Amino acid sequence: MALSRLSSRSTTLLQPLATTSLLRRRHISTDTTPITVETSLPFTSHLISPPSRAVETSSQELLSFFRDMALMRRMEIAADSLYKAKLIRGFCHLYDGQEAVAIGMEAAITKRDAIITSYRDHCTFLGRGGGLFEAFSELMGRTTGCSKGKGGSMHFYKKDASFYGGHGIVGAQVPLGCGLAFAQKYSKEEAVTFTLYGDGAANQGQLFEALNIAALWDLPAVLVCENNHYGMGTAEWRSAKSPAYFKRGDYVPGLKVDGMDALAVKQACKFAKEHALKNGPIILEMDTYRYHGHSMSDPGSTYRTRDEISGVRQVRDPIDRVRKLIIAHDIATEKELKDMEKEVRKEVDAAVAQAKESPIPEPSELFSNIYVKGFGAEVNFISPLETTLSFGADRKELRATLP
Amino acid sequence: MAARIHGGAGAGAATALSTFNPKKLVAPSRTNLPARSSKRCIVAAAGSDASKSLRVGHSQKLIANAAVATKAETSATTGTGHELLLFEALQEGLEEEMDRDPHVCVMGEDVGHYGGSYKVTKGLADKFGDLRVLDTPICENAFTGMGIGAAMTGLRPVIEGMNMGFLLLAFNQISNNCGMLHYTSGGQFTIPVVIRGPGGVGRQLGAEHSQRLESYFQSIPGIQMVACSTPYNAKGLMKAAIRSENPVILFEHVLLYNLKEKIPDEEYICNLEEAEMVRPGEHITILTYSRMRYHVMQAAKTLVNKGYDPEVIDIRSLKPFDLYTIGNSVKKTHRDVPTPYAGTLEEWTVVQPAQIVTAVEQLCQ
Repeated sequence: MALSRLSSRSTTLLQPLATTSLLRRRHISTDTTPITVETSLPFTSHLISPPSRAVETSSQELLSFFRDMALMRRMEIAADSLYKAKLIRGFCHLYDGQEAVAIGMEAAITKRDAIITSYRDHCTFLGRGGGLFEAFSELMGRTTGCSKGKGGSMHFYKKDASFYGGHGIVGAQVPLGCGLAFAQKYSKEEAVTFTLYGDGAANQGQLFEALNIAALWDLPAVLVCENNHYGMGTAEWRSAKSPAYFKRGDYVPGLKVDGMDALAVKQACKFAKEHALKNGPIILEMDTYRYHGHSMSDPGSTYRTRDEISGVRQVRDPIDRVRKLIIAHDIATEKELKDMEKEVRKEVDAAVAQAKESPIPEPSELFSNIYVKGFGAEVNFISPLETTLSFGADRKELRATLP
Repeated sequence: MAARIHGGAGAGAATALSTFNPKKLVAPSRTNLPARSSKRCIVAAAGSDASKSLRVGHSQKLIANAAVATKAETSATTGTGHELLLFEALQEGLEEEMDRDPHVCVMGEDVGHYGGSYKVTKGLADKFGDLRVLDTPICENAFTGMGIGAAMTGLRPVIEGMNMGFLLLAFNQISNNCGMLHYTSGGQFTIPVVIRGPGGVGRQLGAEHSQRLESYFQSIPGIQMVACSTPYNAKGLMKAAIRSENPVILFEHVLLYNLKEKIPDEEYICNLEEAEMVRPGEHITILTYSRMRYHVMQAAKTLVNKGYDPEVIDIRSLKPFDLYTIGNSVKKTHRDVPTPYAGTLEEWTVVQPAQIVTAVEQLCQ
């Protein structure tokens, strides 16, 4: 591969420089002057002309990509061990291998744009600004979790960052996402909604229903198919007659993107946002891959070979790709990147330790947040002295005049 | 027909709620059960107002309306009211709420330009425009999901199912997203959506169009269910449902749309969890809702002639049950005949007044 040859050449060039720079300490470059990088693969498009392959980025951005993706990768690996240690129970769907999609998307949008995804949401949550501590607490069901421990792995939400979750039922988030886009259009917000779903969900009828409405009403919705080629244990060629998911919108334009290349994802999302604000929905297909199985109960090797998994890891890994870019552009040395990874690992371990100490929810939490107090009830069967009770034997009368 | 006419919804839900309630039924500290039978119940928006984001814009409007706010004691049918049909009452309620709060929008099949298949949304599209009264294609799952997604951001959609039976297609969205999102997000999102539509046995509409889905929806946590039966409570419940921060399913009945009644001119709301005392009595409590209320009242006439004194309660709130009113009533009469609607596919006939009379007589042996 051209890139690997380039990076090996540059590391040999860098070595003598490093040894002679004992007196002059080189800092990791964090400047924001634009660097233009070509995406490794061209975009394939449907009903639209694709964006340019030249992506503008900067040292600062590349380093942040590296660090954030390393953080996500580490978090998922930590979640894996926590699950095996039975501190996380139930379902746990890991995102490692797909980090570039979350990172590239965040780089192209703002916190006012909404993101909604399925149950493989840990890294998307992190990308939206969620904290490691909240994530691990939620995974372990503690009150300090982002959903107070009541959601679990599949229900991460962050309202202030417009992250709408976190949904367990395959495909059900797509109409919700179109509803979010509708609300954005209704309130004239000049923001878009990115609705993520997988290649498995791409066969759901409600997706096409929602797409029809989105196209009819010109909603600012970007539908992103994270195609990791396996719908749990079924390969895409066995479940979809037409695995060209970006074309399945028919009358809706689509773009196929190399989902392991964070810069390509960034370019595509930027392009899609501009399109959606002006012309209505667009479909992005991210060609990506997950290293783990569908969830922690799936070894991931019964329907694909270990060679395939390690092959993708060697050739297409998103973190390695950014690492090579960073080294090629002399933004940081290999050692510095390794140190960064060690730092990240410490951070994750600290968050895990802190989360382990967090309290589990009180039994009273079972009944809170079922209803909202309004013209009605807060269901709080706790203490006889509780005066917020509005029904039950001793409820207070709700009687007042309209203001 | 059996002597005790049970509905799965009635008994099941009552037991479900009672197992959660660890407190015993204590005697009420207040006295006014008869007073509570007044149908008017006006609820304040203070402290729990449904339109938090519009606080600034609203305060001017609310002050203007202060003059027309009324006390709760006056009866519903005095002098200055206006007569209308139930579907017009629903429309009035909807229109008033849409005027009041720009976040309210309506989505459903044929609600816009057509005016609604039962004319509940007639004229609204002309008044509010296509973005607020949305004609959707025929995809219940998707537009219910969209309504819920919009509600997550603060809009207040009113989703109309052309027939409640069609909402079975949207059951996943209603159950998993609508009902549970408030809980699984730890309270971050509220879903102030209203899902409404006509259901029940009409005039030979066929099996698929004559379903009652209350018992299916009963098991969904997090939603409130109400059923309207008169123009008065239709308008009141519609308004309360729209203002509520919880998802509310409002059950209407096809055959009740043309009921005529005089309702007050002033703005009013009905409490979403309260039952309505239709006829106080001593001997036996009959619980009913929606169309059966009229059958029961007919039966009540016969019963009174035969010397019984039935207490008829229109439960109105199907989830959560108004255990307070029901409990007190049953304590008074010690006998209870729930008559929820028995419109399942296996049953050809609707419970008739004569059957209700027989049931009551057998119970009172």
